[in-house]
This record gives sequence, C-alpha cells and structure tokens, in this order.
Amino acid sequence: MSIEHRSLWLAVVLVLPLAIAQAAQAETIQVVIDKMAFSPTAISAKVGDTIEWINKDPVVHTATVKGEWEVMLPAKKSVTQRLEKKEAVDFYCRFHPNMKGKLTVD
Amino acid sequence: MFVRPIAALAGLCLFAAAPFAQAQDKPTDPQIAHIAYTAGVIDVEAGKLAKDKSKTKDVVDFANQMIQDHEAVNVQALDLVKKLNVTPEDNATSKALTKAATEKRAELSALDGAAFDKAYLDNEVAYHKQVNEALEKVLIPSAQNAELKQLLETGLKLFQGHQAHAEQVAAELK
Ligand SMILES: [Cu+2]
Repeated sequence: MSIEHRSLWLAVVLVLPLAIAQAAQAETIQVVIDKMAFSPTAISAKVGDTIEWINKDPVVHTATVKGEWEVMLPAKKSVTQRLEKKEAVDFYCRFHPNMKGKLTVD
Repeated sequence: MFVRPIAALAGLCLFAAAPFAQAQDKPTDPQIAHIAYTAGVIDVEAGKLAKDKSKTKDVVDFANQMIQDHEAVNVQALDLVKKLNVTPEDNATSKALTKAATEKRAELSALDGAAFDKAYLDNEVAYHKQVNEALEKVLIPSAQNAELKQLLETGLKLFQGHQAHAEQVAAELK
C-alpha cells in the first residue's frame, strides 16, 4: 500500500465515521410561537443543533438575548438558527417582553 | 383622559356582579367584538400620529409595531366575526373609548419633540393597562363564544406585551 493510499484509507476509516456520527447527533429542535407564547419555554440543546423557530402568530416576534444575539421571527414564518457555542441564557421577545424562555446549549 | 370609558367598563363590571342584573348588563358578544376592535383601531391611530410627529427612532419603531400588531389582530378579529356570523355592535363603551381617544389625540397633537415622545409613551402605557383591565375583568369573562374568548385572551397577552414594551421604551428615553 502506498503512502497516498494509506492516508486516504485512514481518512475514510477515521474521519468519515466521525463526520457521520456528528451529523447523526445534530438535531433540529422546533420551538413554536403561538398565541403570544414560546413553546417549549425551556430548550435544551447541544452545540451544532439547530433551532427551528416556527412563528404561527400574525405579528413579528424576536428571540433576543440581551447584549448577545437576536433572531427576528417574521409573522407566519419559520426561521432556523444553528447553535454555535455553549451557553445558558434567558431569551425574550423584544417587542412583547412578557414572552420569555430559557435556552441551554451544552 | 381615559377615566370615562374605564368608568363605563367598571360600571359594566359592577352590574355584572349584581346577581339578577347579569343577563342584561354584561356586554354581548357583538358588543365585545366591537369594543375589542375599537380598542385596536385607537392604538393604530395613535401610532400613525406618533409616526408622523416623532423624530426619535425608538419611538417611531414602537409606533410602527403598534400599527402592524393591532392591524394584524384586527384582521383576525374580523375573520372570526365573519366566520361566527356576528355583526359587531356599537355601544356606550366603544363610544366612550373613541371620544376619549379623540380628546387625547388633540392633546398629543399640540406637543412636539421630547414632550410629545414622553406624552405618547406615557399614554401608551396607561391605555394598554386600562384595556388589559377591561379585558381581564369584563370582556373575557363576559364572552360567550369560546373562539371569541380565546381571541380576547391572546389579545390580552398582546396588550400586556405592548404595555411592557412601552414601559421599556419610555424608560430608555430618559
Ligand atoms: Cu413578540
């Protein structure tokens, strides 16, 4: 086996399963906004997971972590957000601050 | 001032508490639909005034949101009354709300700059608070149709959200 073949083989054996395992682990978590409330209000996720925010209301909402990040949630639309880092945060809707939730990314 | 319409609503509430007067004095679904719709229209109009008059971005953004949110919810309300075959019925409470809003509008129109921003937001806080009370104490308990009740409950959360948002914007102006 040549060096090139061996390194290709190593790449297939070592890297590919890892990539498949990661892809299999990454989940999409649906959070529904309906009648002025997030559901669920407590979200647990892992780095690499995606949140699908599904806004069923006829009004625009946001998912905002003060001083950190904000996702705009247009009326009657879905928006996806990939979770890139570990964090445990409280989020709320900037337009309707009585709408609240918690997000934990491990 | 919003003393009169709320007095009217409180009046309804008092009558509703008197056991034998309940049937006549509770607002009917067609009246409730009219009151809720009117309450939304009033805030849309106030928003349009603020959009024209204010030069503060946060205030204009807030006003635009009020216009969009209340217009969207009123479209839902109209769809529902159509589906339920209910014709919204004008009534003393709706008339009092409209009259008070017309007076408030004249008062706000006379102001400019920071004085306008403050008066508009203070009124938004007070107005949403009073509508919330009316929804909680009179309109929601009086509503007969389950779908209308549900729409009012969502409306209450929306108005509560707006009240909280108005309080935040008002606090940030200072
Ligand atoms: Cu919202």
